Amino acid sequence: MRQAAGGSAQETTGKRRFRLNWKPPYADALRMPTAPSVPTLVIRPPSGWISLGLPELWRYRELVGFLALRDVRVRYKQSALGVAWAVLQPLLTLAVFSALFGALLGPNRLPSTPGTPYAVSTFCALVIWQLFARGMSAGSDSLIVNQALVTKVYFPRLAVPLAPVLAALVDFALAFGVLLGMLAWAGIAPGPAVLALPLLVLMTVATALGVSLWLAAVNALYRDVRLALPFLVQIWMLVTPVVYTTAHVLDGRSHWVSLVYSLNPMVGIVEGFRWTLLGGAQPPLSLLAGSALTTALVLVSGLVVFRRLECLFADQV
Amino acid sequence: MDRDVAIRIEGLGKRYQLGEQRPLARLLRSLAGRATADTMWALRDVSFDVARGEAIGIIGRNGAGKSTLLKVLSRITEPTTGSATIHGRVASLLEVGTGFHPELTGRENMRMNAAILGMSRREFDARFDAIVEFSGVARFLDTPVKRYSSGMRVRLAFAVAAHLEPEILIVDEVLAVGDAEFQSRCLGKMSDVAGHGRTVLFVSHNLAALKALCTRAIWLDQGAVRACGAVSPVVDAYLADGHHRADAPVAERRDRSGNGELRFTRIALRAGKPPSENARPTTGAPLEISLGYSASHTAPLKNVRIAVLVLDSLGSRVIATDTRLMNADFAELPPAGEIVCEIPDLPLAAGRYQLNLWATVGDNVGDHLEDAAALVVEDGDVFGTGRTTLAEKHGPCVVRHAWRFEEGPDDDAIARAAAHRPGITR
Repeated sequence: MRQAAGGSAQETTGKRRFRLNWKPPYADALRMPTAPSVPTLVIRPPSGWISLGLPELWRYRELVGFLALRDVRVRYKQSALGVAWAVLQPLLTLAVFSALFGALLGPNRLPSTPGTPYAVSTFCALVIWQLFARGMSAGSDSLIVNQALVTKVYFPRLAVPLAPVLAALVDFALAFGVLLGMLAWAGIAPGPAVLALPLLVLMTVATALGVSLWLAAVNALYRDVRLALPFLVQIWMLVTPVVYTTAHVLDGRSHWVSLVYSLNPMVGIVEGFRWTLLGGAQPPLSLLAGSALTTALVLVSGLVVFRRLECLFADQV
Repeated sequence: MDRDVAIRIEGLGKRYQLGEQRPLARLLRSLAGRATADTMWALRDVSFDVARGEAIGIIGRNGAGKSTLLKVLSRITEPTTGSATIHGRVASLLEVGTGFHPELTGRENMRMNAAILGMSRREFDARFDAIVEFSGVARFLDTPVKRYSSGMRVRLAFAVAAHLEPEILIVDEVLAVGDAEFQSRCLGKMSDVAGHGRTVLFVSHNLAALKALCTRAIWLDQGAVRACGAVSPVVDAYLADGHHRADAPVAERRDRSGNGELRFTRIALRAGKPPSENARPTTGAPLEISLGYSASHTAPLKNVRIAVLVLDSLGSRVIATDTRLMNADFAELPPAGEIVCEIPDLPLAAGRYQLNLWATVGDNVGDHLEDAAALVVEDGDVFGTGRTTLAEKHGPCVVRHAWRFEEGPDDDAIARAAAHRPGITR
């Protein structure tokens, strides 16, 4: 099926006709001294189905690491308090909601996990919530922030939203350290349930990534996403049991309400995270199962959409 | 497949969609993978082979598809038709300092840039000293890049790129930045790369550099290969072709940008005194550039700025006329008419030039048209001496000037000079 390279008419200028396969006379002498395995790449128009390209992403893991590292380094540059902001933000949020609920409901009726001070119960949730919120907002904005990169150099595009989501883990680690201090202060020793903690962190990262993939891809084409993002994060936090617990909103309601509520993948994750550290009668298994399902759905569909729209990024971002 | 072929391009085409349509409809359509109607082909049926170890230059006017071709070959954007088969590791340098972050230090940025360009950490560590030496910014490695001069930034960035050592190097117009000394060092490094059996694809408007570096050239014209062969004849043919595009009537040209609030419809050059379209533009003689225009609306146009840029045959800017420079922006213009720019004595040496037109209405570019017309200047007796100037020999500009001798303030200095050089006497 291969045509002779090039139509003959096109390479003619005036009366001159140039040979296509012209080679400098010394080309043979200068040829690379036997390239052992030269990779071959075929560039073609995108066809109907696309692979997720995960093996290639793995080959570029070093770049993903560098991008994440850059995000971490750059975030607190030229700020007076620097990395302290990673801890200050959840602490201030906690202070605001403590004051608010304290004034509205009275200091003894704060919506916390049974047997745990409100501050600990809420800070615990805020730590994991911030991992999600920060990862998701940075990830959704990533294609635009890295526009110069996307339009000028090739690498798996998945690296772009993945890096800021991973970078959010650094802030998480710092806030988590403070959380451990708080637990010690409150005299709470986590039980064996703490072993499930890495899994919950992984689920959070997966959810943040899944949402980021969706939003980053659409954001590249329509900036509406960028405008709606702060609003989305705010609302999402209020429909997630962060500054209150699930029991406070679901007790006495029908199954349907709890089912709809638990479609929010962060519901199960946040309650699960509380359970691993603060203990509790029994793990919120049904909520966690819902979270696992929606997370998987969001992540896989996000990957597909992102890959599907990927070919437009360089031209339209 | 032939083992000596590094890149084989077959029937490559790239279609871009024009215009912003209803956003939602476009989103749904792109999700469904279907194309829309209003399109233009940036590349059309491009086919050629590049042999291993060959340095090939790509030339063509702005908008001819050069950058699109490099983007497709670098996998930044995907082709619409055809295929390209590439044997070997590719490094492409479409921009100097891609991914540089102003807050990070030189060292951090170098590391980052290396990772972006596909250099592994081990390779980078091994070449670190050489890279730093090549960049010449060793003293500032731990300073944030935002404090660098633009020249230093370019050095740092190119230093990383120059040490990539891929089998195939793709370079866009990156040498336009940086000082002359560094440019020649970069060219030297690139011909090193080419000389070591590596393949180089090089886009440049600097035709002299291209001739020095490349063995073969591809001439792209409106997305298609116009000519392909040994570098000198192709470059010469390209230069000789200078006037073709300018021959198309201004009103019918489609390769323009701007929002169209104002469009140039006609350009006429009137030379001599009284100005006439039949007279030839002559060095030192008056010239009027008359620009017909029409507006997209019937309302008067407000705050119109018009500029005409004159470029030489190699595409370097020579002179500019601009209403802004003369505080002569038009506060209000009727929706159609003619604007005339008067040059009392044309300061251009004999030769061929191209005119770029540019108009803004308010803050928006209304029309921008490159190579709108060719300006062929005949030699005139500017100096009244019967001697003439030629663009190739004397440079593109002509100035009236006079010479005289003046008694030096320091007679001893002249005496000393005379003592050193016996040829000079008072």
